Amino acid sequence: MKYTYLEAIRLAFDHALGADDSVLLFGLGVGDVGGVFGTTTGLQAKYGESRVFDIPLSENAVTGMALGLSLQGYRPIMIHQRSDFSFTSAEQIINQISKTKFMSNGLYNVPLVIRMIIGRGWGQGPTHAQAPHAIYSQVPGLKVLAPSSPSDGYHLMRTAVSSDEPVIFFEHRWLHYTSEEFDPQDRDVDIGSSQVVLEGSDITLISLSYGVLECLKLARIFLEFGIKFEVVNLRFVKPLDKATILNSVTKTQQAVFWDVGHREFGVSAEVSSLLNENLFGQLKNFPLRFGLPDEPTPSSPFLAARHYVEIDHALLEINRHFEFGLSPEKLTVCRQELFPYKSVFRDQPDLGEVGPF
Amino acid sequence: MKDASIIFNSLNSDFLLSSETRKYVELKFIRDVELLISERYSEQIFRCPVHLSIGQEAVAVGVCWNLKEEDKAMSTHRSHAHYLAKGGSLFRMFAELMGSKEGCCGGRGGSMHIFDKTVGFIGSVPIVGSSIPISSGLAMAEKLANGKNIVVSFVGDASLETGSFFETLNLASLKNLPLLIVIEDNGYSTYAGKAVRVSSERNTRTIIEGFGIPFFSGTGDTIDEVIELSKKAIAIVRTGKTVVVEFSTFRLLEHCGPNNDDHLGYRSVQEIESYKERDPVLSLSQAFNDEQIFSLNQAISKYVALIFEHALAARQDEFQHFQGLFPQ
Repeated sequence: MKYTYLEAIRLAFDHALGADDSVLLFGLGVGDVGGVFGTTTGLQAKYGESRVFDIPLSENAVTGMALGLSLQGYRPIMIHQRSDFSFTSAEQIINQISKTKFMSNGLYNVPLVIRMIIGRGWGQGPTHAQAPHAIYSQVPGLKVLAPSSPSDGYHLMRTAVSSDEPVIFFEHRWLHYTSEEFDPQDRDVDIGSSQVVLEGSDITLISLSYGVLECLKLARIFLEFGIKFEVVNLRFVKPLDKATILNSVTKTQQAVFWDVGHREFGVSAEVSSLLNENLFGQLKNFPLRFGLPDEPTPSSPFLAARHYVEIDHALLEINRHFEFGLSPEKLTVCRQELFPYKSVFRDQPDLGEVGPF
Repeated sequence: MKDASIIFNSLNSDFLLSSETRKYVELKFIRDVELLISERYSEQIFRCPVHLSIGQEAVAVGVCWNLKEEDKAMSTHRSHAHYLAKGGSLFRMFAELMGSKEGCCGGRGGSMHIFDKTVGFIGSVPIVGSSIPISSGLAMAEKLANGKNIVVSFVGDASLETGSFFETLNLASLKNLPLLIVIEDNGYSTYAGKAVRVSSERNTRTIIEGFGIPFFSGTGDTIDEVIELSKKAIAIVRTGKTVVVEFSTFRLLEHCGPNNDDHLGYRSVQEIESYKERDPVLSLSQAFNDEQIFSLNQAISKYVALIFEHALAARQDEFQHFQGLFPQ
């Protein structure tokens, strides 16, 4: 069946709640008509207000409550409509949730999921569009997941809910506009497994979340010039699936990392370091990294266009870095032919001149 | 309010030069600004999420009526009315919402993050509750400087659900900070009524007075009541004390965006109808005859439209340059 990303997440919640009575679902907007972009719609009616419920704007307290529930055997899923809101509960996440299993010498598992939605563009600006997966990955004791498609969303959410350790589930807003044919029964996802979504022999493109879709576009464009990219969908920011990454780059000997978060002190630096530590002598070039610059996200569409990595810019940068010697004009024209922009503005999903997002 | 002063001073018949007229101009000015944003929003000119203040104008105007230019103010995601009432520039606000470098934050913040040092508007903070501790710091600085200025922190009713609110109440009471916290209670939290967020047993007055902080509450639907109540509160704040004032109010449109969302059914038809009777602009308009209202409304809407055109023109160059950067 074909599912939109949002339908896939709703289905994952539905199946998780149906499969296990200890699963609880809560967050701001979970019970209201909006239903967190439609991902919780109808679930309160189906599973009752004691298992699916809205919360006060008391994120730190509610996150602590989630921890308490998990220590008593429940499997809570908490939702933040913007990942930025999770910072108000950083104390519970970073000091308590991540460390309880360690501090209790393994007496307690912490089976809880915090789903955080990463906003992007359309003016959301400095405090509504952050992508803090690297921040949470720095904390020992947390698992960090980031799907890149509806099927990924479904399977990773199911995996997250069944994990006995705390999971931060990062979801990019722009995935909401994607759809995919898949069978939810195909449970092929294990904790710790990344996925080669496109095979190729020349250069490995590694990315996560919405960035994977951008990398598939890049690979498609370069294919026109006879260059075969392999694309790796990380899915797990932490624990990093080192084997899949190293296998691919051992083959291609060159790598690009595309992050949806900040470049400095980010996941791209971690992966780059992994490659250097393991394949130092075999790499033909140092890994190329794309990510957000070291500045908060501006609201203005004019400023946001140079904040986010643009495909046109990435094409030229890859061409230069790996010394392909291709004509920059031809690369841009190829992008225009294969992926013509439908919107003037670059800080929105390319669906034409519509909004808000 | 500089923009409202320009409109007020442009009125040519002397019968209109009263403080009633002044109040009406300020209220209707904000109303027209928000209506214009709502009307032009689908054209992709104002390219950021907006939380409009339609229905809630009297709280902003009435509180700021009693402020000096040097006093400071903070707000939340729903900050247009507060910014304009504090004397903010409409041109710079429109430009900010358009993402232009002419905006009060150079386009960096958009509607939800408005700062303007020139009018003592020290930020809109769209993370509920997070503005309150910052405003206590602003107030402490005013106190340390032995100044006469006070700080007003406009917040929504949901801020009472955050830890920041309670931590700041204690802090402000302990340190005797010249801080006025103005709670605007529009009854809703996005699409949810307060019943899902707040215990029906909660008593706001008891909580706040329990910290040794004076508490006043009243309707935010009538400008005169807001002016009177906030005058009383501000007199106490100027003696170096923190005070909390709560106004009941309503927002006519959706939580975020330019439209009404009545079709969603989370507010009853009767309730939405009752907003018309509570409308602060409409009720003040009854102080004037039809002819007066006509000329007032015309002067206000003409001015707002003019500033909009200026802001749009200022953005045009940026837009054209930008279009050239990304060939479609």
